[in-house]
Order: sequence, then structure tokens, then C-alpha cells
Amino acid sequence: MTLGLINANPVVHAKKERVVRTEDSHTDDAVDPLEIYDFVRDIRDPEHPYSLEQLSVLSEESITVDEKLGRILITFTPTIQHCSMVTVIGLCLREKLKDHFPPHFKVDIKVAPGSHANEESVNKQLNDKERVSAALENPHLRQLVDECLYSSEL
Amino acid sequence: MADPTQWVKHVELYVNSSSTAAQQEASVDAIANLLKNDLLTLEALVREMEMYLTTTDSIIRSRGILLLAELLTQLRSKRLNDASIESLIGFFTERLADWKALRGAIVGCLSLLRRKSHVGVVTDDKVKAVVQSYLQNLQVQSLGQHDRKLCFQLMECLLDRYPAAVRDLGDNLIYGICEAIDGERDPQCLMLSFRIVEILAGLFPGPSGPLADFAGDLFGILGCYFPIHFTHPKEEDVDVKREELSRALMLTYASTPLFAPFSIPLLLEKLSSSLPLTKVESFKYLSYCTSKYGVDRMAEHFETLWSSVKDATYVSPQTNLSTEVGFMSEMGFQDSDIMKQAFVLLQELVQQSNGSFISLILDDEDIKIFMNSLNQYEDFDNIPIDIRQRLHAVGRIISVCVNTSIASCNKVFESFFPLLMTYLGLSVAEPHENSCLAEDYNPPGRLNFGALYLCVEVLSACRYLVGSDELTPIPDFANQTWCVMLHNVSKSLATVFVSLLRSNVAENSQNAYICYGVKGLQNLAMFPGSLLAVSKSTYDSILLKLMSVVTSDINKTFLWTLAMNALVEIGSFLDKCPDSERLSSYESIVVEKIFSLISSDDLTMPVSLKLQAAFEIGATGINFMLRVVEGLDEAISATLSAVYAHGNRKSVEPTIKLLEYYSNKVLPWFHKSGGSEEIPLNFALSIWDKIENNRSFNLDSLENELLDATMMAMKQAVGSCSEGSQEKIINKALGVLLSSNCLEWMKSISGNTQSEVEGLQQIHKLDSFAIRDEWITSLIASIVIALCPQTYIQNGKFILQFFITTLLNGHVPSAQALGSLVNKLPLKITGTPLSKNLCLDEAVDMIFHSCIWTSYNGSTYERGSSEIDLSSLRLCSLSPESDKIHATIGLAWIGKGLLMRGHEKVKDITMTLLNCMISDGDRGSLPNSKHPSLVCNDEDLHHQLMKSAADAFHIIMSDSESCLNKRYHATIRPLYKQRFSNTVMPILSTLMLKYDSPSIRSMLCRAIAYVVSDTPLTAILSEAKKLIPLLLDCLSMMVEDITNKEIIYSVLLVISGILVDKNGQDAVAENAHSIVNQLIELTTYPHMMVIRETAVQCLVAVSELPHTRIYPLRTQVLRAMLKALDDPKWVVRQEAVRCRQAWASIASRSLHF
Repeated sequence: MTLGLINANPVVHAKKERVVRTEDSHTDDAVDPLEIYDFVRDIRDPEHPYSLEQLSVLSEESITVDEKLGRILITFTPTIQHCSMVTVIGLCLREKLKDHFPPHFKVDIKVAPGSHANEESVNKQLNDKERVSAALENPHLRQLVDECLYSSEL
Repeated sequence: MADPTQWVKHVELYVNSSSTAAQQEASVDAIANLLKNDLLTLEALVREMEMYLTTTDSIIRSRGILLLAELLTQLRSKRLNDASIESLIGFFTERLADWKALRGAIVGCLSLLRRKSHVGVVTDDKVKAVVQSYLQNLQVQSLGQHDRKLCFQLMECLLDRYPAAVRDLGDNLIYGICEAIDGERDPQCLMLSFRIVEILAGLFPGPSGPLADFAGDLFGILGCYFPIHFTHPKEEDVDVKREELSRALMLTYASTPLFAPFSIPLLLEKLSSSLPLTKVESFKYLSYCTSKYGVDRMAEHFETLWSSVKDATYVSPQTNLSTEVGFMSEMGFQDSDIMKQAFVLLQELVQQSNGSFISLILDDEDIKIFMNSLNQYEDFDNIPIDIRQRLHAVGRIISVCVNTSIASCNKVFESFFPLLMTYLGLSVAEPHENSCLAEDYNPPGRLNFGALYLCVEVLSACRYLVGSDELTPIPDFANQTWCVMLHNVSKSLATVFVSLLRSNVAENSQNAYICYGVKGLQNLAMFPGSLLAVSKSTYDSILLKLMSVVTSDINKTFLWTLAMNALVEIGSFLDKCPDSERLSSYESIVVEKIFSLISSDDLTMPVSLKLQAAFEIGATGINFMLRVVEGLDEAISATLSAVYAHGNRKSVEPTIKLLEYYSNKVLPWFHKSGGSEEIPLNFALSIWDKIENNRSFNLDSLENELLDATMMAMKQAVGSCSEGSQEKIINKALGVLLSSNCLEWMKSISGNTQSEVEGLQQIHKLDSFAIRDEWITSLIASIVIALCPQTYIQNGKFILQFFITTLLNGHVPSAQALGSLVNKLPLKITGTPLSKNLCLDEAVDMIFHSCIWTSYNGSTYERGSSEIDLSSLRLCSLSPESDKIHATIGLAWIGKGLLMRGHEKVKDITMTLLNCMISDGDRGSLPNSKHPSLVCNDEDLHHQLMKSAADAFHIIMSDSESCLNKRYHATIRPLYKQRFSNTVMPILSTLMLKYDSPSIRSMLCRAIAYVVSDTPLTAILSEAKKLIPLLLDCLSMMVEDITNKEIIYSVLLVISGILVDKNGQDAVAENAHSIVNQLIELTTYPHMMVIRETAVQCLVAVSELPHTRIYPLRTQVLRAMLKALDDPKWVVRQEAVRCRQAWASIASRSLHF
């Protein structure tokens, strides 16, 4: 399908240290960007044996949560403008978060403005329920997504 | 004589190559036993075996020879005559040429050569023959690993045991050994071959001996092994460690100076390797070789050695900035292994070289330039990191030189000390020249940090030199150059250091100055007085300064801690090397100051800091501690008087702190250091004195914390006393009790039966049990709680009666004291039975038959009936329910005491408690109609009574901090919890089946939960099948009441313990459905987060159960987890995600259901 790697030599960043949560027995812990980030930072890149965190595709700041409305918005930055793996990354994020939040949360996944050549069509594709589930029916794509989510290569 | 047919079959079995190893071993043992018991002679054996030993079939021959050799190995401690030894060794020597049957020959030689002299040994001639045959016939390197090992063992044995015989062989021997070890690679064989060379070197020590010619060749073989490095880290050779092998090689290198011309260049060359391990090893080998070869051999390499040491430490130092230690040591640098080894080498060289090496260091241009350039880096902050590293390295080099020997110390002082002092603005020439430094001297501008650092390093190295024990006879330090120099400047140095502490700038760089200032003072103060280096006045002023920091600079935490540590160090140094003059200074300046500090109620210094300072200083020596404790005692006594007599509320807080410190720190310290029991005894007695002397207490009853702290201290004090002192304390306490008002109301309720009801009323009137009486009662209870079992209690019956009375007043410590009493009382009184003495049975009788529990309404109490008739108490007309609650609590503690010593009466108590819990059922039938007005109130009280009966099981099963534990000398039978749970659980479960009333059932559940949660898990696992339904019942019963959350949690922990265990899983499989239902209910438990968390974790554990059991539950769990994902707490959500994935993966990865 591809003629070699799309981005053969990505810039790898250091992993940030995990924040240890302090127990506070009296107040409720609201869902915060860090919690979501902790879930998704270890997803492996479809191309390289590095996590999305290491490739700086995601950061804690790129996630916003509105607990009252139950909305989560994740904006990620593909490593290069014409990355064809961007939809796979989006699918991985969606698939991963599906297990992690109650159904009343709505997850929006977008690429960062100006970071991708087909920004608009990618955003549309990633937030279209029908197309997402259709994509996950595709055994080839499914396998790719599963590899990214459950990989132990990191 | 044994019949040949008997043992020949063993020989055949051994020789037969198809028999197993175990069979062969057994046959060797069998024949060896015959030989050992003289049932068979060696001659007969050999004659019979002739065919096996000489046959042309090499396999059988080798087995035969090996059998003979093995037999000889077993006979190593049996005496053999010379003739047989001679012929046998001759045989084996000859056989060494037979390469097809070699192993037996080697083993045979080895076992004969290893014989001790009193059982017959091989003669020197024969030994020589063995060696010759060895050298002639054995091609060691062409053999297999095991045979090589045997060959090396044989050679080692020859060299080790028969040096005289083998020495004559000279060149031949050395050549043969070279040939044998050349190219060896197996670690085990290498260990042996290194050892062989080492012994060989010992055989030919002379420089003109045969070894001299071969040294080059031999080292050529050895040289290629350095450095030892395993390429396959953890495979077959786990038995020989790299370190062992490396050490063996090092011993070999250093075994003879003849190797020096070859080894030193090799090691020096390896120093330039880029592998850190190689560098470390090279330095290690070099320092060992230096100590073995002697200075003459090394002298020619001194310059190279110095430059390599300098290279490793000064030019390119490899230090890590350690983050944790901060400025406390070495400016925050930690030496790498290479540097550590380099310094070891340096020390070795300085020590060996007798002055020539040290001049090399002192004349080194780089070091000189560095010392002269110190002026450039005055301010600590402006020193770049690499210069700091160099400074550290130079400091280390100088201190190594200083602490190695007195001569080198003198030299260092001569060349560097004046310079350092000039940097600090001092002169070493004469003491009076520095006298211009006034007390409040302030350094001009910034002090030269480099000089300060080096100066402190030099001082501590000097101290190390003085303190080292190796210098015997103790040299006359006082006349040494360095000592004179130090004497000249010590006073002004101290002034400079003191001036550093005074600066009140709180910036970071200041910390380094402060740190080294304190360190310098500490070092100065730790020179022994006999040295005259530091005068008494200087010493005193140092202590005064440090002390003033401790008393006044409490806000500067860093400085305060440093000064405190310095004082502690100085104190413990004095404790180690006592010096009367210094000791008296320390006592008068430090200890007395601390003493006055604690005993004064000056509030400028917080009490906790005062106490910390007092304890740390005290802990340096027993005498100091005694003095400090004296101060503490005074302080406690003063504040207690203030509290008792004047009701001074301000003193309450400090008193509590003092008492806590006393019980948490001071008493354990004395206990640990094996100090006298005077301290706790006096402390306890003085508290009783205080109470005795203050007839009226001006206290609010609210000051419970103070009472608690006093009780705690009292328990600790009594607990650490011996029996005799305990008796003194209890007698004193009894005296106070008898003279107090307590007795009056007690008399009113004990005694004759007619006044009992009246007495009961009295108790309620005396609800406000005067405060002083409460103190007395509580403190006596604390004493009784902490008594040893052996302590004789005078007037025991009275005390027992007293506690029973106070117990009914709701006084819990009394209940605990009763429990402790029955736990520790002797079974029988030995000696003359005094009427007032108490033994266990009597005490139990007294408790059980005491008027409190028996009926008031005239129903006859049957003697001998095993149950305590608690129910009759309920019939008493005057609202006695609250009393019964108190009585149940009392029963619980008494029951615990009895249970822990394994007394059978605990059964009666259990039954009473059970009856109490189920008494609800027959309640309606009782003639209660007399007091209809009380019924409603009664109902509530009765519920409380049932609850307290259920809670009693908690008291019985759980460990208590406040009494009945190891610290307070309780008698504890092993496995008592298990035993209790085994007897009670069946009863409780049958009761559960029998009763339907929800209130009773909830009480039973409570009891079950308590018992189960404190039973060891192993005991529960065996019963898991029966217990699980019960526990689930408990959980469903208890979720309704918020107050039950702790119990729910502990039951949940038990369930999770069962679920995680392998055996437990088998047991719960059939209850999976109900377990999951209950757990799901708990995942939404609103009152406690950990319950939800644990419930979700338990659900994860359930997912490990057999697939068929849990598959149907899958959708249910997943649905529940969906809710848990929305949990307000982050931890629960996290667990929920895990759980969801675990359950989803049972079928497929999909979460759809």
C-alpha cells in the first residue's frame, strides 16, 4: 500500500513524568484533562514503536473537558501535514476512550487547525458515527487499531 | 570376613555402564562400609578386582579404577598401612599414563594425597613420582572440563601439601604448570589455576630462583585475563562470581614481586581504557600490588601512578551531584567507583612510600597552580561546577595525604596550611598575632570559599588521623608541626567559623558557608583535649556559640539542625573518648543549658523544639540523659502542679507534650539502652505524689487529653519496670486510693445486699464522680493494665471489687484493667495462702458472682450454674439498661483477657453476650407492665444494649493498643483468635438460621462481621464455602446504616482475600451469582470511597473464576461498571475501566451487550 514510511524519521520527545494523584477523601474528583491524557498517552503510533506522547502528537493541553455538558474535545497534531495515518490515530483515540467513559460523555476528536492538509475532511470523518463503526468493521483497520492500543512494544 | 559373592555383585553393578547413578552410589557405599568395618580388607578387594583393573576393555577398566578411587576417597579417615598406600599410589601414578581411564587415576591420587598424617600418608619419593608422571603424561588442556578441574585440584594439592617434595623439580614443574593452565577458560578451573600460580610463587620466592626465568612467560598467560569480564552473564557459571574470580586473579598478580615488571605496566596501560569497570579494577589491583610488592619495586612508577591518579580524580573527575545530601557532605558530590579506588591507591602509595610520594603530590604544578588560583573564586555562587569538582578532588587528595600518616600530615601542613590561612586572613606564625580578631569579627567581604572548604577538610582529616587506632604506641602529637600550627590558629579559626554563622542572609549560597562554618566548629571541638591543639577557652566558646544557635536561632531551620547535629556529634565523641576537662565543659555549657531550658517555662522556644534538643543531646550518653530526664521530671512536676492546683489552662498543652515525649521517646530509650528502672519508677511515684498532695483538683472534666497522656505515660513507665518496682508503685497508688473519696461511694454500693438498690441509685448520683477520683481510678487502672504477671498485688480482692464498681459507672479503663487482671493472675497461689491474695479462679468467681450481675429481685442465684445471669438484671425496676451496657463492655474486656490466656470460662461470657443479643425475642413475655412510662425509652436503650453486646465481639477479637498486648506483658496463647472464631462461628450461624427478627439478625450479622474480619485469613479459607453466604447476608443487612461503613469495609476485605486465593476461588465458584449481586450493590455505596474501590477490585477478581460460572453475569457486571465509570472519585473510575476490560475480554474484546 505505502511506499515505505510516510514520516521515516520523526522527532522523539521525552516522556513526561506521571503525576501522582493525592488522595482527598472529601471532595469529588472531576474528570480532568490529565485523567484522559493518562488513558491515551500510551497509545502506540501506527508507524513507529513510540507512544503518541513521545511523538508529541498529544499533550495534556490539547484536551479539554466540560463535565457539566459531558463533552470531551481532543485535538491532536499529526507529525507531518499529509500524514495518511491521521485517521488511524483518530480511530485509536475514539476506540480507547469508548471503554473509559460513561455513555453520556460525547467525545470530539479533531486535528489541530492547520496541522493537516485535509483538515476538514479528516475532522468530518472522525466524528461521523457511521463511518467510524464502518471503519472498525474493516478487519484490516481493526487489526491496525488493536495493535496500536494493545501493543507491548513501547 | 564377608562372603566375596556378597560384595562382588556391588562391584559388578558399579562397573556395569547401564546401571543408574543412584545404584552406583549405593554400591560404593556398601563396599566402603564393609571396608570401614574391617569385614573386607583392601588387599582382598584389589585381588578380587584384578580383572576389572587390568582388562583391555578401556570402559570397564576405567570404571574399575574409578571404583577403587572412590572407595579410597570414602576411606580417607581410616588408617591404612604404609605398604598398601605405597602400592596403591604406585598403581595410580602409573595409571596417569593411561589416558583412556584417566579419571579414576586422578581421583585415586587425589584421595591418597589428601590423607591426614595420622591415618598414613604418601612418602615424598612417591609424591615426586606422581608429579613426574603428571608432568610427563597429562595433557591437561586436551581434557574435558571435569577432568581438567580434577587435574588442577591434584596440582593444587601437591603444591599445597608437599612443597618440599615438589620444589626440587624446579624448572620442570613451572614449565609443566604453564603448559597446563595456558588457554584455560572455564571459571571453576581458572579459580584453581590462579590459586596454583599463587602457591607456586610462594614456593620460589627468591629473585634468582627458577621462577625468575619463567615470570615473563607465566605472566604472559595470566595477563590476558585482566580485567575479568564475563561475556555470558547468567548462564551455567552461576557458581563462580565475577568478583571472586577477579579477587583470585588479583591475589595471583600480587603473589610475587617478580611479576612487578610485567603487571604494573599492564595495569597502568589498562587505566587508559574507556571501560569504567577496567579502570576500577586497575586501581584496585594497583593498590593491592603496591601493598604486596613493596616500595622499591613501585618507586620507578611513582610518577606515572601519580599522574594517573591525578587524571582520574582531578583532571577529569567523575562525580555525581547527589541531590539528596545537599550541602551536608562533600559539597553535594558523590565519588564514582573509579575515584574511590583511585583514592585507595593514593592512600596506599602515600603510606608505603615514606615521604617520596607525598613530595610528588605537593610539588605538582597543577595542584600548586590551583591552590594559588583559589582567590579567583571567592564567592560560592561564582564557582563554576567544574572548578567545584576540582576543589572537591583536591580536598580529597589532601585529606587522604593528611590522614595516612603523621609525617605526611606534617608535610601537607607545611606546604599548604599557611597559604590557606592567609586566604582566610590569618597567620600561622604566632598565636598573639591573630589576637586582633575581636569576638565579633566579621570577615572582610566574602570569605574565600575554596580555602574554607579545604581548611575544613584538612581539619576533619587530622581528626581522623588522631582517632585512628592503628597508631601504637600513641605518638606525641602535641609536638608535631601540624599540631603546633593548629594550636596557633585554632582560636582565630574558631572566630572565623563563628562569624559565618552570624550572617543573617538567607540566600542559597549562604547555606554552603553556614554548613562549613558549623562543620569547622564541630571538627575543632572534636580534637581530644590532650592534643593541646584547641584550648579550653576556644572549646568553651565553640560550645557556647552552638548552644546560642540552638536556643535563639529557632527560625533558621537549616542552621538550627546543623548546630544541633554538631552538638550531638561532639557529645557522642565525648562519650567514646572521655576527657574529664572537656566533659565538664560540655556538661556545664550544653547539658546544664538544656536542663534549664526544659525546666523553665520560658515560651520563646517552642516546647517541641526544646524537647527535641533535649532528647538528642541526652541520647549521646547515659549521664547526659539522666540529667536531661531530671529536667524533664522537674518540668512535668511543675506543670502538673500548675494544672492540678491552679487549673492553669495554659500549662495543659505543654504538659501533654512533655508527657508524650516522655512516653514515646525517653522511656523507650532507657528500655533499649538497658538503663536502670529508677527513671520510670521515680516518674510514676512522683505523679502519684502530685496527686496525693493536691487534695482538690481545679480541672475541667474536659481535659481528657491530659488524662490520656498521663495514663499513657503511666502505662509505659509501669510496663518498663521490674516486678519489685511495680509492687512499689501499686502500693503507693493504693495508699492514695484508700485515702480518697472513692471509697465512700464504693462502700455504699458494695457490702450487704439490702442496700444494693440504694447503692445503685447512689452511683447515678455520683455521676460526676469527682475529677480527682476519676484521675485516681484511671491511673490505677493504667498501672494494673501494665503489670507483669509475676507481680504480687496486695489487696487484690479489694482492687477487683473496686474495678467492678467503677466499671458499672461506665469507666472503660477499669474494664480493661479487669481484663488485664484475669489475663495475668496466677492460677494458684503458692506459699502461705493469705486471705487477701488473689488467684485466677477466685477472681473469676468473684467477678461472676458479684452482686452486679446477680439478680436484685430475689430470684435465687444458683451456684455452679455456668451462665451468668445477666437477664435478671434487666428486671431491676430502675432503668438499669445503661448499666447493662457498661456491664457488657466490661464482660467483653474480661472475656478478651480470659480468651488470650486460653481460659475456659470465656465460653460463659460468650454465651451471656449471645443471650444478650437475642434477648429481644422473649422480651414481650416479660412482666414489664409495671413501668409503662419507661417502655419507650427502654426500647431504645435495649437496642443499644444488644448493639454493645455485638460490639463486644469486636473488643474480644481485635488487637488493642491500650492494653492486653505484648508491651504490657499480656499472656498470649498462640492462635487464640482462630480458636475463638472456630467455636463462635458455628453458634452464630445456627442462631442466624433460628431467628427471623430483623433486629436480632442485624446484631448477629454485626457480631459475625467482627469475628470474621479479625480471624486470620488462612482459617477463613478452609471454611470459605460455609462463610460466604453468611458474609453476603451480613453485607446486605449492614448497607442500610451509615455507621456500619467500617465493618462493611473489613468484611469486604475478607471477601477479597478469599477471592484472590486459589483455594478460596474454588469455594466461591458456586456462589458467584450472589457474590456478584452483592458486590454490584456495593459499587454504588455512597458513604465510603474505599468500599466502592474494593468492590470493583473484587469484581475484577471474580472475572478469574471458571468461565461457565460467570459468563451469564457478564452483562450485569458491565452495566454496573458503566455506572461506576461515572463515579465522582478518580480512583474508582480507574478501577472501573480495569474491571470493564477484564469482563469484556471474557467473551471478546467488544463491550457491547
